[in-house]
Amino acid sequence: MALVFAGVCSHAPGITGRAERADPALRDAFYAQFDAMRAALEESRPDALLLVAAEHFANFFMDNMPSLALGMAESYEGPIEDEAWLKINRVRIPGDPELSKRLIERVMSRSDVAYAQEWKFDHGVMVPLHFLTPRYDLPVIPANINCQGPPLIPLHRVWKFGRALREAIDEAPERIALIGTGGISHWPATPDSGMINEAWDREFLKRWCANDRKALCSYSDAETYRDAGQGGFEIRTFLTVAAACEGATGRLWFYAPIPIFAVGCTIATMEIS
Amino acid sequence: MSLYYVQKALYQLNRDPRAKLRFESERDAWLSEYELTDEERRAISEPDIGLLYVLGVNGQILMHYAAMCGYEWNAYLDAMRQGLREHGPVREGLYATVWE
Repeated sequence: MALVFAGVCSHAPGITGRAERADPALRDAFYAQFDAMRAALEESRPDALLLVAAEHFANFFMDNMPSLALGMAESYEGPIEDEAWLKINRVRIPGDPELSKRLIERVMSRSDVAYAQEWKFDHGVMVPLHFLTPRYDLPVIPANINCQGPPLIPLHRVWKFGRALREAIDEAPERIALIGTGGISHWPATPDSGMINEAWDREFLKRWCANDRKALCSYSDAETYRDAGQGGFEIRTFLTVAAACEGATGRLWFYAPIPIFAVGCTIATMEIS
Repeated sequence: MSLYYVQKALYQLNRDPRAKLRFESERDAWLSEYELTDEERRAISEPDIGLLYVLGVNGQILMHYAAMCGYEWNAYLDAMRQGLREHGPVREGLYATVWE
C-alpha cells in the first residue's frame, strides 16, 4: 500500500515516570495532543507501525554499534527499565518479521542497515507506545539510530536512510505508519537535565515543518552539542521522518518545554498525500 | 582508565537479569571478568554514582543503573553534582569530548 501516517513525538522517560511532578495544565495539554495523535494514527488504519528511535544502550553497545538498525523479531519486550521508575508495565509487543525482512531487503539497496531478531524496548519506544497504541496490539517494527556513542552517522546519510525507508514502505502492500521519537535540545540524564534551549528547538521545528532538507542537514555535531546538548543528536530520528516525507510539509501540534520531563515536549505530523 | 569496560559492566547489569543476580551473589568474581581499575571497581560496587559520572559513564547507562540501585530522580542528579564537586570535571567519554 503505502505510507499512511507520519509524525514525530518526544519519548523522555519523565513524561510517564515523573508525570505527577509536572505543571498539571501543561502536562495535560501535552497528553491531550498525544491522544489526538493516537486518534489520527488509528484513523489511518495502519497494519504496522515503523518506529524510529534513538539508541539508549538497551540493545547495542560499543563492541559492535550499528549506526542504523531495523528489528526483525516475532515480538519485542519492554520496557527494559524498572517498571515502577518508568511507570509503564512490562509487556510483549507483536512484531511482523516477514514485513521487516522485506523492508530491510529493500532499504539495503539504498542504505547500509543492520538487523536484529532480538530487541528490548526502552523508554524511547515504550513512552510513545504507551500513549499511541496503549493496547499494544499494533505490530511494531523498530528502527534504531545511534545518537549516543560517537562516531555518529552524518545527517546527510540519515536523510538517505529516510528516503530508503520511504521507498521500501511504498513497495509494501501493507498500510504503514512511521513515527520518529526523540528529543530536540536536551541534556538528559546529566546534571544539566531540565535545561532546554527553546529558541533552538523552535528554529529546528520551523525547518522540520518546512521540510527544508538543506537547513535540516546543515547542523554540525559540534554546533548541536554546544546549543542543544548531547540529547540534540536525536534530531536524527526527526530527520528520518522528514526525509521519508520529502516534498510534504509538517504541522506542529504541540511544543512546550517541560523541565521535569527534561525535554521540549513535541508532537508534530507530516501532511502526506 | 577503562571506561569502555565500566560502561560494559553497567550495560550488562541494566539489561541482563542473570548478570544482576551474579552481581548480587558473587560481586567480586563477576567484576573481575571486566578490565577495571580499583577505583572503577569501587565506583560500581558501592555504588558511587557521582564518581561513575566523572569517569565518563553515559547518562543513558548511568540513569538506569542508579534507578536499579534505588536512587530517586533528584538523588540521582544530586549524586552527579556531588561527584563533580568531589572529583572534578568529567574525565572521558561523550561529556568530555572536545568537538572540532
